[in-house]
Amino acid sequence: MADIALKTGTARAAPPDVSAWQRLRANKNWLGLWFMLPTAAFLILFLAYPLGLGVWLSFTDSRLGRGGVFVGLENYIFLWDDSVFWLSVFNTILYTTVASVIKFAIGLYLALLLNEHLPFKAIIRAVVLIPFIVPTVLSAIAFWWLFDPQFSVISWSLRKMGFITENINFLGDPWNARWSVIFANIWRGVPFVAITLLAGLQTVSPSLYEAATLDGASTWQRFRHITYPLLTPIIAVVMTFSVLFTFTDFQLIWVMTRGGPVNATHLMATFSYQRAIMSGYLGEGAAIATAMIPFLLGAILVSWFGLQRRKWQQGGDND
Amino acid sequence: MASVLVSDVRKAFGATQVIHGVDISIEDGEFVVLVGPSGCGKSTLLRMIAGLENITGGEIRIGDRVVNHVPPKERDIAMVFQNYALYPHMTVSANMGFSLRLRNAPKADIDTRVKRAAEILGLVPYLDRFPRQLSGGQRQRVAMGRAIVRDPQVFLFDEPLSNLDAKLRVAMRTEIKELHQRLKTTTVYVTHDQIEAMTMADKIVVMHDGIVEQIGAPLDLYDRPANLFVAGFIGSPSMNFLKGTIRANGSASFEGPHGVKLPLTGTPDAWNGRPAIYGVRPEHFVIADDGAEAEVQVVEPTGSETQVVAKIGGEDIIAVFRERHQFRPGDKVRLRPEIKLVHLFDGEAGQRLSA
Ligand SMILES: Nc1ncnc2c1ncn2[C@@H]1O[C@H](COP(=O)(O)OP(=O)(O)OP(=O)(O)O)[C@@H](O)[C@H]1O
Ligand SMILES: [Mg+2]
Repeated sequence: MADIALKTGTARAAPPDVSAWQRLRANKNWLGLWFMLPTAAFLILFLAYPLGLGVWLSFTDSRLGRGGVFVGLENYIFLWDDSVFWLSVFNTILYTTVASVIKFAIGLYLALLLNEHLPFKAIIRAVVLIPFIVPTVLSAIAFWWLFDPQFSVISWSLRKMGFITENINFLGDPWNARWSVIFANIWRGVPFVAITLLAGLQTVSPSLYEAATLDGASTWQRFRHITYPLLTPIIAVVMTFSVLFTFTDFQLIWVMTRGGPVNATHLMATFSYQRAIMSGYLGEGAAIATAMIPFLLGAILVSWFGLQRRKWQQGGDND
Repeated sequence: MASVLVSDVRKAFGATQVIHGVDISIEDGEFVVLVGPSGCGKSTLLRMIAGLENITGGEIRIGDRVVNHVPPKERDIAMVFQNYALYPHMTVSANMGFSLRLRNAPKADIDTRVKRAAEILGLVPYLDRFPRQLSGGQRQRVAMGRAIVRDPQVFLFDEPLSNLDAKLRVAMRTEIKELHQRLKTTTVYVTHDQIEAMTMADKIVVMHDGIVEQIGAPLDLYDRPANLFVAGFIGSPSMNFLKGTIRANGSASFEGPHGVKLPLTGTPDAWNGRPAIYGVRPEHFVIADDGAEAEVQVVEPTGSETQVVAKIGGEDIIAVFRERHQFRPGDKVRLRPEIKLVHLFDGEAGQRLSA
C-alpha cells in the first residue's frame, strides 16, 4: 500500500519531460535491486555455482585430475545397479529417521525439564550444551575410543559388572556399528533440539497454563492442548534443520568407521566422498551427492507446508 | 454459586510476607471488589482463592468446603486475567468451549453453551476468528465468555479492564455489572481503580500493604472512611487533609495550620487540645462569607464542574464546584466546609474520630 502511494506520488510530481531513465532512478524497486546485488552475487558464487557444477559433474565421466565428457545418465544407470549405493541410501534413511525421532523425543523431554524450576538451572542448561560445543571430530574420536574393540570403557564396565564375558564388537559388526554411530549422532544432536525447543517454550505465556489449569486441564492435557500446538512452528523449523544435518552427516561416520564394516555405515555423503575423492570417480560421486537433493527437498517441503497451515500465527484482518 | 470465606489468610514468598492475615466474608451472589494501590497484594489474594498460589496460613472456604489443598480444577471457579490469556491457536468458540471439551461434554452441549454465552456478550459474529483477529474489547469479552460458559461457583476478575481505553472501560464496566445482575454468580473483582470499585461493587474491600483497611458498601466507605488511608483512597479528587488541633470548650472548632479556624460539630469537650487531622472532600466546600480565607492557585474547568486549587493556611487544598466560577489565580475567596460532612481523624494513628 504505502509504496504504491509513494510511486503514484512521485509519478504525479514528475514534470512531463523527464526521461524514462530518470523515472527509473526514482523507483524504489530499482534501488532495491541494487541493494540486493552483492548478496545475490555471493549466493550465486558460493551456493548456486558449486551446486550447478556438482549436478553437471554427475552427467560427465570426470575423474579426479581429468576433465570428462558428457555421458548423460550413465552414472545414474550405473548406480541403479550398484548394491552398495542402495545400501548407503538405506543406511542414510535409517540413520536420519531413527536419530531424528530419538533426538526429538529426548530434546523435547529435556526442554520441558529445563523449563521447570530446577535447582542450578543455569548450570544444567550449560552442561546440556556441551556436546554441541565440542568439535564434531573430537567427539567422534572420543566415541571411537568408547567403542574400541579392546579398550572400550563400556565393554570394560559391563564385564566388571558381570553382564558380559567378552568385549562387545561395537564397530566391527554391521548392526552394532549402525546403532553405535546413530547413538553418537543423537548424543551430539540433542542439545540443539533441546535448547531451541526450550527457547520456544519460554515464549509461551505462563498465564496460558494458569488459564488452562483453571479450565480443568491435567498436566498431560496442558502439554497436549497448549504447549504442543504453540510449539509446532518451532518444532517444524528445528526438525527440518535436524533432518537436514543428519541426512548430510559426514564427519562422525568418517572418523568413527569410514563407512565400514563392509559398507554397513556408509551414508550417501560418505559414500559419495569415497567414490569421488578416495577412488577418484568424480562423476559417480557427484551423482551420489545429487541423488540426495530430492530427499532434502522433500524434507524442506514437508516443513514448509507444515508451517504454512498455521493460520492463527499470521496477522488477521484487524492487526 | 457459593459464598467465599477468607479467614486470617497469610502469604509469604520465601521470607517476605506480602499478606498479613486477611479476613473477608463474601456472600453468595455478591459482587465484591478488592481495591488498593499497586503491590498491596490484591492479585496474590485472588490467586490464592483460585488455587494458583499456595496459602501460607489461614483458611479459604468456597461454599462449605475448605479449599486450601483442593487443586484449582476442583474448586469450580473461573478467572478472567488482566492479559486475557486467550489460547492463541484456538478460535473464539474453541477458547470458550475448551473447559467443556476437557470435561468430555457432548459436542452439542458445548455448542449450545458457547452459543448462549456468545449471544450474551455479542460475540456471535466472531466465533470463528482467532484471538489475534479481535480488538482489545472483543478479546476481553471472549475472556469473560470463557468464564461464563463454565457456569462456575465463583468468578474471579483480575483487573480485566486495565488494558482498555477509557471509553471502552466505562462501557465494559456497565456490561460486567449487567452480566452479574443477570447471572448472579458470586464475583470477586480486583482493580486499583477506585471509580471502578465504587460503581460496580456491592461491597468493597480496601487493601493496603497486605492488610484489609476497611470493608463496606461503596457509599459507606465514601461517607464514613475508617481511617486516613481509606479516606484518601476513595473519592476523586482525593479528600483534603489539614493537620491541627481540636478546640472544644463550649463551642467546638478546629485550629488548622497557621491558626486557620475551621468549623466542627458534635465534638466532646474531652477532646480539647487533641491533635487531629481534619478531612474535607473537595465537593464539600461552599463559598460563604464566614468561610476560611483561601487564595486561588489554579482553576481547572472540566465543563461539568470547576476544580479549584487554593491555599488555606499555607496548605494546598482542592475544591470542586458544580457552578462555574470565574476565579483567577491570586483571587481571595472564602471557603467553608459543610460542617456535617467533615471527617476527623486521630493525629497519630489516623483512625476515624467522629462517631
Ligand atoms: N512470585 C512472587 N515472588 C515474590 N514476591 C511476589 C511474587 N508475586 C507477588 N509478589 C509481591 O507481593 C506483593 C503483592 O503483589 P500483587 O501482585 O498481589 O500486587 P497487586 O495488589 O495485585 O498489585 P497490582 O495492582 O500492581 O497488580 C508485591 O509486593 C509483590 O512484589
Ligand atoms: Mg495485580
